[in-house]
Amino acid sequence: MKITLKVWRQKNNAAKGQFETYKLDHVSEDMSFLEMFDVLNEQLINEGKEPVVFDHDCREGICGSCSMYINGRPHGPKNAVTTCQLHMRSFKDGDIIVVEPWRAAAFPVLKDLSVDRSSFDRIMSAGGFVSVNTGNAQDANNLPIGKEIADEAFSSAACIGCGACVAACKNASAMLFVSAKVSQLALLPQGQPEARKRVLAMVNQMDAEGFGACTNTGACSAECPKEISLSNIARMNREYLSAGIIAE
Amino acid sequence: MSNILDSKIPEGPIDQKWTKYKSSVALVNPANKRSIEIIVVGTGLAGASAAATLAEMGYKVKAFCFQDSPRRAHSIAAQGGINAAKNYQNDGDSVFRLFYDTIKGGDYRAREGNVHRLAEVSSSIIDQCVAQGVPFAREYGGMLSNRSFGGTQVQRTFYAAGQTGQQLLLGAYSALQRQVGMGNVTMHTRHEMMDVVTIDGKARGIIARDLVSGKLERHFGHAVVLATGGYGNVFFLSTNAMGSNVTAAWKAHKKGAFFGNPCFTQIHPTCIPVSGDHQSKLTLMSESLRNDGRIWVPARKEDAEAVRAGKLKPNDITEENRDYYLERRYPAFGNLVPRDVASRAAKERCDAGFGVNKTGQAVYLDYAAAIERYGKIEATKKNLNNPDKATLIVLGKAVVKEKYGNLFDMYEQITGVNPYNEPMQIYPAVHYTMGGLWVDYNLMTTVPGLYAIGEANFSDHGANRLGASALMQGLADGYFVLPYTIGAYLSTDIRTKAIPTDHEAFVEAENKVKAVIDHLINVKGTKSVDYFHKILGKIIWNECGMSRNAEALKKAISDVQALRAEFWSSVRVPGTADEFNTELEKAGRVADFLELGELMCKDALERNESCGGHFREEYQTEEGEALRDDENFSFVSAWELTGDNQWNLHKEELKYENIKIAARSYK
Repeated sequence: MKITLKVWRQKNNAAKGQFETYKLDHVSEDMSFLEMFDVLNEQLINEGKEPVVFDHDCREGICGSCSMYINGRPHGPKNAVTTCQLHMRSFKDGDIIVVEPWRAAAFPVLKDLSVDRSSFDRIMSAGGFVSVNTGNAQDANNLPIGKEIADEAFSSAACIGCGACVAACKNASAMLFVSAKVSQLALLPQGQPEARKRVLAMVNQMDAEGFGACTNTGACSAECPKEISLSNIARMNREYLSAGIIAE
Repeated sequence: MSNILDSKIPEGPIDQKWTKYKSSVALVNPANKRSIEIIVVGTGLAGASAAATLAEMGYKVKAFCFQDSPRRAHSIAAQGGINAAKNYQNDGDSVFRLFYDTIKGGDYRAREGNVHRLAEVSSSIIDQCVAQGVPFAREYGGMLSNRSFGGTQVQRTFYAAGQTGQQLLLGAYSALQRQVGMGNVTMHTRHEMMDVVTIDGKARGIIARDLVSGKLERHFGHAVVLATGGYGNVFFLSTNAMGSNVTAAWKAHKKGAFFGNPCFTQIHPTCIPVSGDHQSKLTLMSESLRNDGRIWVPARKEDAEAVRAGKLKPNDITEENRDYYLERRYPAFGNLVPRDVASRAAKERCDAGFGVNKTGQAVYLDYAAAIERYGKIEATKKNLNNPDKATLIVLGKAVVKEKYGNLFDMYEQITGVNPYNEPMQIYPAVHYTMGGLWVDYNLMTTVPGLYAIGEANFSDHGANRLGASALMQGLADGYFVLPYTIGAYLSTDIRTKAIPTDHEAFVEAENKVKAVIDHLINVKGTKSVDYFHKILGKIIWNECGMSRNAEALKKAISDVQALRAEFWSSVRVPGTADEFNTELEKAGRVADFLELGELMCKDALERNESCGGHFREEYQTEEGEALRDDENFSFVSAWELTGDNQWNLHKEELKYENIKIAARSYK
């Protein structure tokens, strides 16, 4: 296939960015989207130009590194798929594809398509954990957890922290990401002792990082490659509300 | 045989060594811990768990990862599960059985003392992870669920759908971030370790490169812990992440740390086959699929040819014309033989002309029988009498979806084929490296104060790792072993004050790193880094992959040497050293792979026997099984770098006092 790419190029955080157009003549439909970028970069290097910088690592849809905003959608046109698992058979010969980085004040661009998502780590540091030091645990089966609860906690925990929810949101809100972690631990008995403190601390940090407010449009969940449910946000709102009322 | 290798295995009966060690090892008092700094490089299961635990204990920890967040380390991609000798299934499991299975699975090339310790702490890992909120799979009664994995006859594998590595890493990451938030760990993301700094023979810090600014940084530590994973990417195509590399371990090797068993690499039997030249990596389909799937190729060559030509579909091949070759060759373990055995058997069938994709390099993994079997069970649960086959299939598919849904979806995404309706195609691919930095019982390398944990060391898996044991080892090392053993060293170091990083050793190390980077930038050649990496990968895959022979290995060594020379004279690294430069990152890593590749071949050439993942064609039984030579090769190879690509081999003899060494049979 022949593909035309319009790719956001930006030297560094301080520089002004712009779109560059590249043409690829021999794209195979078996290639992943990132393998097409490998081909583009090989071409650029051979032409003596600088390759496009983009984040990627596992290329199996689980590490959450890849983060391309493709034709106006995070991770591209297919549902429930990360950029690395998107294959060129989802496009057709002659397509023009526009590729941008995640756009959000809390995710500053580092270079080209790579952004700084360390704000997510700081939110996790604020409360996304159970305070249990190594060596403090009782026997695992002493704490029976019903299968339905365990499964629901798992589906919240399946978040890969890629930030597509933020990129999809018109307000650049991080509510889906934060609520997935709050939900996982709110559902499980292990998370109970710190539940109130956790939700307040994580939401405060989220606000401090400059993420926008949630207006319940649901774009985050619709674009989430792991299909994290919107009900997590509802659960977090309930947790937050009750924590605010009960807290001294 | 040299005597400089001291494994420091404690004396005493096998089941008391670790207990006694723990109660007698020197401790560091809390006040002293506060002034001791530890560097941890890598934040996968081993690194994140170690950094978190050391910080909980009161040490000052600096952690480093090249990814943009510690949560992205490649442990995240582990699918199937984690072993533990809990015996929750009441099927006769015990610490000794896990110990025995691991030693046997490793083809009698691992240390008894280390492996027994691993089996002992395995239970605590599950307890710790559950306490952190890791959502393992559970039964309706609320108890933890288990499944079976290759090389064992008990169900001891704990799992979270097909995303066990992700859930365990997020658990360790949450513990780590908690310590970051408390100020006990300083986290340096997007940093790559470029060298180990040694002072008076001891590891005292590292040189790191900030990958965004390109700036070189000096960091002091009383001890340095490498948790930097394996070197499978030397093959270019592997199931490793794109960034996985050997650089930290290799720099340590160049600073005096011996490299153990470099030729022991694991080729995983169930990966999605290669589709074309553009391919950048291979994708694993979890070994847990072998629980329920049946592996086969056509029994008749003409059928295989018709399948390859696209004239015959697998579902049209009748039962009697299928060759379930694992069940045929290994009736006792069937589809659950260990990985090395399953991989070689697939290669054997494909080499004999029975492979099933365009390239002839694939076999089938079939779920039809499992879907029907689960359908029947569900029908019974629902009190359906004499359901028709279509109903059974609908019911069965739902069960399979629940167990393996994400894997099946991933398969369809990559191949465009629906695996619920048609057998999957699989082929072996490089997955894990049992070899790594040589460490003693304390997990310390031959450089005092320099530790290696997780896949980065060579210690527990011998010549072949069993499924669901990598997660176990990574977390065992990080949560429960290193935090104790490092005290033995640090307790003697409490008087050492932090060494200022303007010390000449830091200056010299930084200058050397800078010189190498400048060299790479200034070659200004004509070929990209990937060009060299792909050629290197093909050499190692063809000559030092699933089967090896002396002649090919000798040729591979000279080929790698020639390629290395060409790399340094004609690689093209665009851009500059003082910016975010991903090609420069890759160039540094491939430069190290080009040296490691030679050592792997050398090690494979030296080991004149077949064991585990190391199959030398000259040494096999009449039935084509691996032929070990315990009399001459029951040792760990520990390679010492003596000059530019010059090595000395040291041998650590392996003693088996608790397990009767035998031919490894799964028949």
